[in-house]
Amino acid sequence: MAVDSAKLIDIIKVIADKITENREYLTQLDSAIGDADHGINMSKGFRAVVEKISDMGEKDCGTILKTVGMTLVSTVGGASGPLYGTAFMRAGQAVAGKNELDFNDLVSLMEAALEGIKYRGKAERGEKTIVDALEPAVEALKLRREEGLETALRDAVEEAKKGMEYTKDIIARKGRASYLGERSLGHQDPGATSCYIMLEAMAARLLDGKKS
Amino acid sequence: MVGIVLVSHSPRIAEGTLDLVRQMVGDKVPIEIAAGTADGRLGTDAAVIEEKIRKVHGGDGVLVMVDLGSAVLSAEFAIENLGESLGSATVIADAPFVEGTVAAAIEASFGKSLDEVRAAAEGVKAYSKLG
Repeated sequence: MAVDSAKLIDIIKVIADKITENREYLTQLDSAIGDADHGINMSKGFRAVVEKISDMGEKDCGTILKTVGMTLVSTVGGASGPLYGTAFMRAGQAVAGKNELDFNDLVSLMEAALEGIKYRGKAERGEKTIVDALEPAVEALKLRREEGLETALRDAVEEAKKGMEYTKDIIARKGRASYLGERSLGHQDPGATSCYIMLEAMAARLLDGKKS
Repeated sequence: MVGIVLVSHSPRIAEGTLDLVRQMVGDKVPIEIAAGTADGRLGTDAAVIEEKIRKVHGGDGVLVMVDLGSAVLSAEFAIENLGESLGSATVIADAPFVEGTVAAAIEASFGKSLDEVRAAAEGVKAYSKLG
């Protein structure tokens, strides 16, 4: 795997497209246990991101990821702004100055993103948040690192999906949904869902590029 | 004098709160609003919060008042972005938005320190409205 700046911008655009495609679905999930704006907020944020990074092909990957983060914190509006914003900023710091990313860089930036989200949200696994999808995915990436990109990525996406589905069975401890307490049971977490959608989009683009 | 930044999802909540405060302390205390998104949605914007903190900072520190959820996360993000000297002189009050802001502004208008202004804001949690 080799991802240069142009390819990274391309991957972020694919993520933005998937978020926009799922805007209504994410908002619908959020209307059940939150403030019904996750889909709208995320698509607004990623639309601004695409505008900002489209002509950044000459910049290094770290700068591009940091720009994604800074754009999200000032355009999303909801908690996912500072959460995903911090994740992308930390990911950018992890690969600062690199013009090309390999598989090890991917693992490093995903680990940094997870740490960033946990730090910003003061969240652990099992609290019905983004962490429930992201942490299992990052663990799978690390665990399957030796088996190569394709196996590791497919496994990471699969684990993120399981984590996302698991959020239906747990009570929200963070954010607006925590006001609902037990009434949040049975509902899938919007943040874990947007995280899964982003990971799946990234993996699909990475593996697609590998075959071609 | 300690400056205050009002971080709310809703500009109307922040403006209404500021009206109440101005009625009591006039224009003495530097207070700025960071509320809503640039395109008019309910929400918070870390870049605007950072800008407003810098604007009200006059050397004695800044108290940030927050309403719900993302207001806290965005404010924390903004404070980390301020850098060491300004960031360490900026604190978030763990207090009710309206009552806390009124109490903080009154305290600040008497030239009290950042710790005292913050304590005033957080102290309203112990007040009983029904006596």
